[in-house]
Amino acid sequence: MSVSGPYALAVWRRNAAMYQRTWKWNILPNFFEPVFYLFSIGIGVGAYVSEMGGTSYIEFLAPALVCVAAMNGASFEVTYNIYVRLIFEKAYDAMMTTPIEPDDVLAGEVLWAITRSSIYGGCFFVVLALFGLAPLPSSLWVLLLIPMTGLLFAAIGLVFSLRIPNIDLFSFYFTLFLTPLFLFSDVFFPLKERLTQPWLWVAEALPLLHPVRLARAAFSGEFSPVVLWDLFYILGASALLLLLARRSVRQRLTN
Amino acid sequence: MASKETSAESIIVSVKSVSKKFGERVAVDNLDLEVPAQACFGLLGPNGAGKTTTLRMIYGVTRATSGTIRVFGLDIDRHLRFVRSRLGVTLQQNVLIEALSPKENLRVFGRYHLLREPELSRRAAELIDFLDLRSHADVPVRQLSGGFQRRLAIGLSLMNRPELLILDEPTTGLDPAVRLALWSRIRELRAAGTTVLITTHYMDEAQRLCDKVAIVSAGRVISAGAPAELIATLLAPEAVEFDSAPQEEAALVDGFVRSNRRLRIGQRLILYVDDSTPLIERIRHHDHGDRRAVMVRPTNLEDVFLSLTGTSLEGNS
Repeated sequence: MSVSGPYALAVWRRNAAMYQRTWKWNILPNFFEPVFYLFSIGIGVGAYVSEMGGTSYIEFLAPALVCVAAMNGASFEVTYNIYVRLIFEKAYDAMMTTPIEPDDVLAGEVLWAITRSSIYGGCFFVVLALFGLAPLPSSLWVLLLIPMTGLLFAAIGLVFSLRIPNIDLFSFYFTLFLTPLFLFSDVFFPLKERLTQPWLWVAEALPLLHPVRLARAAFSGEFSPVVLWDLFYILGASALLLLLARRSVRQRLTN
Repeated sequence: MASKETSAESIIVSVKSVSKKFGERVAVDNLDLEVPAQACFGLLGPNGAGKTTTLRMIYGVTRATSGTIRVFGLDIDRHLRFVRSRLGVTLQQNVLIEALSPKENLRVFGRYHLLREPELSRRAAELIDFLDLRSHADVPVRQLSGGFQRRLAIGLSLMNRPELLILDEPTTGLDPAVRLALWSRIRELRAAGTTVLITTHYMDEAQRLCDKVAIVSAGRVISAGAPAELIATLLAPEAVEFDSAPQEEAALVDGFVRSNRRLRIGQRLILYVDDSTPLIERIRHHDHGDRRAVMVRPTNLEDVFLSLTGTSLEGNS
C-alpha cells in the first residue's frame, strides 16, 4: 500500500469543496486577529517594554505570531475537523468504498491542514507586511516556513486525534499542550535570557520553538547554524510522527 | 439452466471458505458465496448474521481472517484499487456532505474515482436525471427528505459506472413509493448489465428483485438459490394461516402436513402444502359449524426465511 498523488488530491478536494462555500466568512477573522494583536501590543504592552531581544517589542513578537497562526490553522483542522469527518460525517467510510486507500486519506488530510495553516499564517504575514513589520525581501522566507509549521502540527495533531477515544479530550490538547507551547516557545520573551542552560536544553524539545526561531532568523536576515538544527527538527519530527499516524489511520479505517 | 461449469469471468464475486474473527467473536464462519455476472444477488439474514462484514470483505475494507475472496476474478487484497475502481457501494448509513448540494456531492465523490471535467459534470447530471433529483439538485443536502438523501447516496455509488453495485439495506426506512421507485432503478441497472449484490431485511424486496439469494445465519450460508427454488424445495407453494391453540394442532393437521412444513408464532399457525383444499376441508370438519378464519396465500420468501432462521419452527432439526 502506498500513497497515490491523484487520490490524495481527491481527499484534499473534498475539504476544499466545503471550504469554498464559506471561505469568505472563514478568512475574515484571519485578518482581524493579527490586527488586534498589533494594536494591543503596539499601544498597550509595547509602551511599557522599550526593547526585547534587541528590537522593539512589536518587532520581536511579529515573526513568532506568524508561526502561532500557522500552528493554530493546522491544529484545528487535524483535531476537531478531522474527528467530525471520521466519526460524524463518516467521510472516510465512503472513501474506503472507492480506490482511495488509508495512506491517501492521510496524505490528503495533511495537505489540507498545510493549506489551512498557510491561509492563517499567510494572512497574518500580509497584515504584518502592510504595517511595515515584515522586512522585505528577507522575511519572505517565512512563506516557506509557514507550510512547514503546518506540516509539523498536522503530524502532531493527527497522532493525538487518531488515538483518543472521544472528542472531549481535544480540550486537553489545546489547554495543556498548545497553550503552554504558545507561552513558552520564545514567542513572548527570549528564553535564553530567562532560563538556565539545563532548562534551555529541555526547551529544545518544544515543537513551536523551532519555527519561531526560524521566523526570527528570516525577519532579521541573520541565519546562524542553529537554523539547520531547527529545520532538521521540523522535518524529522514530522516524518516520524506521520509514520505513527499512518499506522493509526489504517487501524481506524480498515479492520 | 446453465451448465454447472461456469467460467471464471461469469462469476463476479467468489467467496471461498471465508472466516472473520474480531477477537474471540466469529462474525463470519467459513462462508461460501458466488455472485454470477449480471444477476441481482440477495444476501439475507437477521441482524448480526454477518452480512455487512461479508460485504466489507468483498470490497476490501475488512480483511478476512482466512479464506479467499475474488472480485472480477481478482484477489481483493492484491488488486484493491483496481477492483474498487470497478465497483460501487451504497453503505447502510448515508454518507453525504450535508452542507453541499446533490450536484456538488456527486462531483466530490466522482473525484474519488479520478473523474475529471467535462465527464464529472456530465455524469453528475445524468445521475440526477436517473434518480429524479432534478427538483432538488442545487439545495443543500441537509434540507432533503430521507428518500431524496437515500437516492443521492445510491447515485454516489454509481458515479464510476460500476460493473458491480453493492447495496447494504438500500430501502430501510423509506416509504413505499420511494421503495418502488428505487426497485425499478435497480432493475434498470441490472438490465443494463450491472451485477447487483444487495442485503436486506425485507423479504418482499428480495423476492421481487433477486435472481438468487443466500440466507445467512450466524456467519454461515444456510441456504442459497433462486427464491422460487427455495420455496419449492424447502417449503411448498401454498401457505395456509390460521389461529390455533398448540394442544389442538395435532388433531387438526397431523397426517396432512409434515412437521418441518409448519411454523408456529404464538397462536398463529402457518402450514405449507402443495394443495390446500383437503387441509381446509379437514379444518372445517374439525370446527363443525364454528368456522375459523383461514387464510390461503402463495408461500413467499419470508416464510422460507422464518422457517430457516426463526426459533419457533418446529421439527427443524
